[in-house]
Amino acid sequence: MRFYEYEARKIVERAGIPVTKYGFCQSAEEARKAAEEIGGPVVIKSQVLSGGRMKAGGVQFADTPDEAAAHAEKILELEINGLMPVGVLVDPKAEVKQEYYAGVVWDGTAKKPLMLFSDMGGIDIEQVAEEHPDHVGRGHVSNLFPVGDYEAKQVIAATGVTGSQLNRATPILARLARLFLENDMTLAEINPVAELTDGRFVALDAHMEMEDEAVGRQKQLLRKDLGIAEDDTRDHYEPSEFERNVKAIDSADHRGVIQGKDHGFHGNLGLVIGAGGGSLTLTDAVRSQGGKPANYSEIGGNPSVAKACGLAKEVLMKDGVEKIAVMMSIVSNTRVDIVARGVIKACLELDRDPAETIAIFRIPGAWEDEGFKILDRYGVEYCDRSVSLWDAAGRAVAKIQGAAA
Amino acid sequence: MSTLHGVFIDVVVDEPARSDVELAKKLEEVCPVSIFKATDAGTTIVEENLDECVLCNLCVDAAPEGTVHIIKKYE
Repeated sequence: MRFYEYEARKIVERAGIPVTKYGFCQSAEEARKAAEEIGGPVVIKSQVLSGGRMKAGGVQFADTPDEAAAHAEKILELEINGLMPVGVLVDPKAEVKQEYYAGVVWDGTAKKPLMLFSDMGGIDIEQVAEEHPDHVGRGHVSNLFPVGDYEAKQVIAATGVTGSQLNRATPILARLARLFLENDMTLAEINPVAELTDGRFVALDAHMEMEDEAVGRQKQLLRKDLGIAEDDTRDHYEPSEFERNVKAIDSADHRGVIQGKDHGFHGNLGLVIGAGGGSLTLTDAVRSQGGKPANYSEIGGNPSVAKACGLAKEVLMKDGVEKIAVMMSIVSNTRVDIVARGVIKACLELDRDPAETIAIFRIPGAWEDEGFKILDRYGVEYCDRSVSLWDAAGRAVAKIQGAAA
Repeated sequence: MSTLHGVFIDVVVDEPARSDVELAKKLEEVCPVSIFKATDAGTTIVEENLDECVLCNLCVDAAPEGTVHIIKKYE
């Protein structure tokens, strides 16, 4: 789940990290008042979940409250990358001596949060890491034990920062790491952390993303502290009919899990896929072998025949779908025979020949012998674990390309 | 677009066991996918659930020997 900048600012503030006085406003009049309270030149920033705000005109500077109100009025009407802003953030135009970067990201390889710090803030950390690797300090923190200030200090000191700058930046990075852990974030970054001309260190801009699965247990932060409504999922698009239908089928039956996505997919090969990361692997395998997926899906957790059938039918009914590939990684709890019944039933109910419609069935695992008997009965091509996911995807692609030729 | 029932599995309860109200209740209780429904007349098969049969044989074990049959139509 992504947060708007003004929410990220509140999260940072809540963690005890100093920020400048700011105002979140939803009208020009509110922006004028915020600018008056701040005093002096301000910057007005569009609150939209999209990059490229500056380029699109969503960030403007103002010397007076009147000017701030005028900019806010325009920015509130400005669509950026198809999205309308939820408001504007009014910030003081800070007198900055130096900009730093502080961030914590989830390191999927190490399975630990990774603290990052750079004395070259204000630009993309990826660019700094590539062009000036000696200006980026890194250090993992434990998932279990409290983050110590000394750990943050080591990361910062690795960039050559010393003295009072080191002492002032240390609690900021340490608190950022703590808030990352406490709030189930996948990304927490402050860019820039500004050293002001008066020597104070403050967070000028923050970017936060929370693990979607953690939304249910972060109610205090989301609902009470930030006032985010339960139905505010921050999805960028309205679900398609296919996505809505698959979700409804899943919700109607507690057995197993199915999911379906089709935004950006316009192919002719429907995918009924899943198991332990299998969906991503298989979608990639199909695409890299020249196939054109019509959708992405996930099926697992031992669904009912009705649920497997429902997913397969929805995939088959999508415009342009000629065949489906039913593929999973090796599964222990999802029964092969149940999925086989489901996908074959989908074909039969749509008056389609399973042997012609199912390009490949590759689900090895529990009850596979029973599943293979069903597939044999209907003449569906299948394979067991001796055929890799890559090769199974290749067979499906070859079959659909052969059919089109 | 039709909805098909019993494509893969059929379940048969022989008479007179089918009319046994007590057995009907037992079958309804043991079946994890609700294939059996107990009525005043005994056991009724819920056609729309037939293909959900997980081949657990709990119904076969609960009934007098040889009175409940699970038929795999694909064999």
